[in-house]
Amino acid sequence: MKDRVIEKALLLAALSAIGILALITIFIFREGLPVVFSKGPGEFLTGTVWQPSRGHYGLVPMIVGSAIVTFGALIIGVPLGLACAVVLAEMAPPRARKILKPTIELLAGIPSVVYGFIGMMILVPWIRNNPALGGTGSSALAASIILGIMILPTIIGISIDAIEAVPRSYREGSRALGATEWQTITGVVIPAARSGIVAGVILGMGRAVGETMAVIMVAGNSVQIPDSILKPVRTLTANIALEMSYASGQHEQALFATAIVLFIIIMLLNSLAGLARRKKKRKRKLKGDPAGGVEVA
Amino acid sequence: MTAKPTVNVSSSGSSTALRGPAKLEVKDFDLFYGSFQALKKVSMQVTERRITALIGPSGCGKSTLLRAMNRMNDLIPSVRTTGEIVLDGKNIYAPATDVEALRKRVGMVFQRPNPFPLSVFDNVAYGPRAHGLRNRAGLRDVVEKSLRSVDLWDTLKDDLDDDALTLSGEQQQRLCIARLVAVEPEVLLMDEPCSALDPIATMKVEELMQKLVEQYTIVIVTHNMQQAARVSQDTGFMLLGDLVEFGLTERIFTRPTEKKTEDYISGRYG
Ligand SMILES: Nc1ncnc2c1ncn2[C@@H]1O[C@H](COP(=O)(O)OP(=O)(O)OP(=O)(O)O)[C@@H](O)[C@H]1O
Ligand SMILES: [Mg+2]
Repeated sequence: MKDRVIEKALLLAALSAIGILALITIFIFREGLPVVFSKGPGEFLTGTVWQPSRGHYGLVPMIVGSAIVTFGALIIGVPLGLACAVVLAEMAPPRARKILKPTIELLAGIPSVVYGFIGMMILVPWIRNNPALGGTGSSALAASIILGIMILPTIIGISIDAIEAVPRSYREGSRALGATEWQTITGVVIPAARSGIVAGVILGMGRAVGETMAVIMVAGNSVQIPDSILKPVRTLTANIALEMSYASGQHEQALFATAIVLFIIIMLLNSLAGLARRKKKRKRKLKGDPAGGVEVA
Repeated sequence: MTAKPTVNVSSSGSSTALRGPAKLEVKDFDLFYGSFQALKKVSMQVTERRITALIGPSGCGKSTLLRAMNRMNDLIPSVRTTGEIVLDGKNIYAPATDVEALRKRVGMVFQRPNPFPLSVFDNVAYGPRAHGLRNRAGLRDVVEKSLRSVDLWDTLKDDLDDDALTLSGEQQQRLCIARLVAVEPEVLLMDEPCSALDPIATMKVEELMQKLVEQYTIVIVTHNMQQAARVSQDTGFMLLGDLVEFGLTERIFTRPTEKKTEDYISGRYG
């Protein structure tokens, strides 16, 4: 009897959580879609001018801004994160790994405003005063670097799990052929862990696309398609956060339309990450194992 | 445990006179996992172009001895060794040994087939690439030659790009042997290479071993005494880290000199 009550309560909680998410989604689309249809989707997706006061709602500068900082973040975060994951999973003594892995996971918990603040106080002035860089400092470059650091925990954590899941027999097989430790890592371990690593990268990408506060603090936020990474950019998320406090009417709806674009991008990235994780297993199942009876891990 | 003087080692056993030169000689070899001694003063001789079998109950140290022969045990941090294993007159445990070069000469096939999650081609080309062969045509030749030597070429020549993990168990094990043959080793160490295979596949792999021994020196660990009797010329019987008896297979299985060997062969151990 008591069990059934608890079961019902849990079910109710689960349903309301899903219900709330569904309501939010419906709300975003209900608020954003009318202006998309009245202006035409083309205006949003191909227009390069964002001037709400004149009724121009082109999202291209923001889409480009998000794309640049995300791409920049990946250029910085992926090699760094992968190298870090390889060292921690393969080379570091177990004791160091036990301490460092949770520490890195902790980095993911630091509020983004802290990253943004550090970026504002240190990174932006450094770029501004560096003779090789220059500009105002608040730039696509600054945002890329900060985001690159912010996505490290995601990439490192998931990559370590993927690398550790590579069976020992692969490593032994490689070493037994006379391959060095390094050849084994690049030749067998990373290829075997690839789908997990790709999933980590895509999730990191999702984090970079969605990050708002830290980006606003260092990116400069002017609405333009930048001609250099030292120029300021505005991302989709920044666009909503910066204007929501005073937007009304069609302008407010246009911000919801921005949210729809973001929503779709994030959904796509998440399903890609899921696909990358699952793809491998499915491929293995295609051909049976008629004679062997050797199961594949 | 009394240490035998090393001079006697190569002549221990009654049948040494029939043998050719030693390819690999184990001399008073001890191996410890931490404080646990897994090999106790083991001495034996592996003769060139013959199949040497290691038999014994589970946990007696067969795999450990086999892995000692190409220093795969180096990958386990707690392992310590004393004594020597001599390959063509050189102690492979000497400090200056190039372990990668050693493993290229003394390769290993594992109990469970462990092809890499790469294509058939990349599996076979893996070793040669690791040892510096880059040119595409050269790699193609090696892959073809190696797959032919394990009778896989005709079956797989049109599927070289397939994921190796989609092959059958027997094909996977053959592929692992081809992968090894591709680096042109001198000694093949095989740790229960058939235990994950069905009887027909086992028979085929045994036939393959008979073919390979014309070119290579083979050491095989097996749980299966019939298999040892069928394929090998020399046999060593191990028990709890001791090499109890070593000699011609035919003699070990018909006239063992040690009581323990006789008990094991007649099935009185697990
Ligand atoms: N990495 C290790 N660390 C500690 N002890 C080990 C390790 N590997 C093996 N041992 C121990 O060493 C002994 C010999 O093991 P080994 O694997 O060589 O036996 P085996 O004869 O190959 O057995 P099996 O027939 O089951 O494969 C066993 O008691 C085992 O528990
Ligand atoms: Mg074993």
